[in-house]
Amino acid sequence: MIARRQLLGALPAGLLLSGCDALTKVDTLKAVVKSGEQATYRWQRLVGRDGLAREFSAADLSPVFKVNGTRRPTNSEWQALEAGGFADWRLRVSGLVKKELALSMADLASLPQRTQITRHDCVEGWSAIGQWTGPQLANVLKAAGLRDGARYIVFLCADDYGGEASKGGLQSSSRYYESIDLVDAFHPQTILAHSLNGQKLGAGHGAPLRLRVERQLGYKQAKYLMQIVVADSLAPFGQGNGGYWPDRGYEWYAGI
Amino acid sequence: MLRHSLLVRLTHWTNALAIFFLLMTGLNIFGAHPRLYWGHAGSVDQVERQWLQMGASGSAARLRGWVDVGDRRFDTTGLLGASESPKGAPSIVAFPHWATLPAMRDLATARTWHFFFAWVLILNGLMWLGYGLVSGRIGREILPSLAQLRPAHLWHDIVEHAKLNFPKGEAALSYEVLQRLAYAGVALVLIPVVILTGMAMSPGLNAAFPFLDALWGGRQSARSVHFIAMAAIAGFMALHLALVLLSGPVRQIGAMITGRMTIGGGK
Repeated sequence: MIARRQLLGALPAGLLLSGCDALTKVDTLKAVVKSGEQATYRWQRLVGRDGLAREFSAADLSPVFKVNGTRRPTNSEWQALEAGGFADWRLRVSGLVKKELALSMADLASLPQRTQITRHDCVEGWSAIGQWTGPQLANVLKAAGLRDGARYIVFLCADDYGGEASKGGLQSSSRYYESIDLVDAFHPQTILAHSLNGQKLGAGHGAPLRLRVERQLGYKQAKYLMQIVVADSLAPFGQGNGGYWPDRGYEWYAGI
Repeated sequence: MLRHSLLVRLTHWTNALAIFFLLMTGLNIFGAHPRLYWGHAGSVDQVERQWLQMGASGSAARLRGWVDVGDRRFDTTGLLGASESPKGAPSIVAFPHWATLPAMRDLATARTWHFFFAWVLILNGLMWLGYGLVSGRIGREILPSLAQLRPAHLWHDIVEHAKLNFPKGEAALSYEVLQRLAYAGVALVLIPVVILTGMAMSPGLNAAFPFLDALWGGRQSARSVHFIAMAAIAGFMALHLALVLLSGPVRQIGAMITGRMTIGGGK
C-alpha cells in the first residue's frame, strides 16, 4: 500500500500541475510545439547533411542485440514465405520509378554489399551495437531510376503491429511502414540489411530484409520489408504522417 | 535602483519556463526506459554497465517501488518506481504523475514538448550569454572575484547564509560569493552540460558532430550525465526558490519582474 502521508504530500503539487497536463491537449499549442520538429530537421540537414554515423569495432558488439517491436509477423503471407526460406519472397520497387523491380534475395546479394557496425538508438532510451550487411539502398534506387517529383522513399512491411504501452500514445494495431527523404535514401550507410552479426536475419530482427538508416532512431529501421514505393507525398500512406509511429505522435524525422 | 536589465529579466523568466517544461517532460521520457548505463550501449539484454534502475515488485495491492543504485536497493514506494495514478490506483511508473508532463506515460507527446523547449532553452541561453559577455555582466556580476574566493571570505559568506542574514542596503545590489558560485555553476556549467548531453543522444547530431557523444564516452553515458545534471539543476531550483522566499520574496521577485529594487529599509 502507498502511505497516505506520501499521498497528502503530493496533493498540492498535483493540483498545481494538473493544469499543465491540460495544456498538452490544446490544439494551437500542440501546433506551436510541433514546429520544433521542423526546426530540428532543417538544422540537422544544414549542419550534418553528409555526416556519417560512427562505426564501431567487433569488440564493441552488444552480446545480445535486443529484439524490439514485432517478434514474428502473424500474417499468413509472411509465414508462408518464411516456411519456404524466402525463396518466393520478392522486394517490389514501385511508384515514381522509371522501371518497376521485383528483387529476389539472390538479386540483392548480387549487388555490392556493405557491412557496418553501428549503434541502434531506440526512442525509449536504450542502445545496442550490431553488425549489418546488405546492399546500399542507393544502388537499388539507381537500378529502378527515380522519376521527377520523387521526394520520399516509403517502406511497406509485412507485420501488423499492435504497439507497446511503454511508448504511450494511440496504440491501435495496423500494418507497419516507414519513410525517409532522399538525403537519407542516398546516404552511403543506408542499406537494406539481410544479415546481423554475420547471420541471416531471424524473425525477431526483420527477416528476410530490413532497412538500416543509421542517423535516425530505431523505429525508422523498418523490418520485414515487402515493398519500396517512391512517392511525392506521404499523404496516401497510413494516416499520412509517414510511418506507423509518426501516425501515433512520434517525429517523422527521427534524427533526434 | 535599476537592479536587473530588461534582457536579464526576459531571459530569466523564459529560462524558468523552459526548464519547468523540460524537467517535467524529461521525467516522462525517462519512464519509457527507467534504467541508466555507462558507455555506448545498454539495454535490458545488456545490463553489465547499468548503474541505476527504477522499478516495482509485488502484486497490485502491495506494490513496492524501488530504485537500484549499483548493488543497493532503496524502497521508494509512493514516489519512485510505484506511485498512485491520478485516479488513485497503484501504478508502476518511474516518476509520479504529478511530476511528469503529460501526467500519464506518453513518450511521443513528452518528446515533442521536450524538444520544443530545448530549442527555447538553447536560443534563450545564447542570447543571455552573448549579452553577458559583451556587456561584461558575466565577469562583473556572475563570476566571483579572486578576493571573494579567499577562504576567510568564503567562510564569512557561509556563516551569514547559515544564519539567514542576507545582504541589506547597497550590499543587496550585487551578488555575494556563494550566490555567484551557484549562478555560475548552473548557467555556465550545468545548463551547457545538460544541452550537450541532450544533443549527444541524437543519432543525427552524433553523425554531424562525432565529438558530441565521444565527449561523454558514448550515448548511454551522455544519457546518464544528462540525468545527473537534471537532478543538480532541480536541486539548484529548490535552493534558489527557498532562498528567494527567505530573503524577501516580494522584493526579490518584484525586482526580477520590474527590474527595480528598493534599498535602505532591508526587508
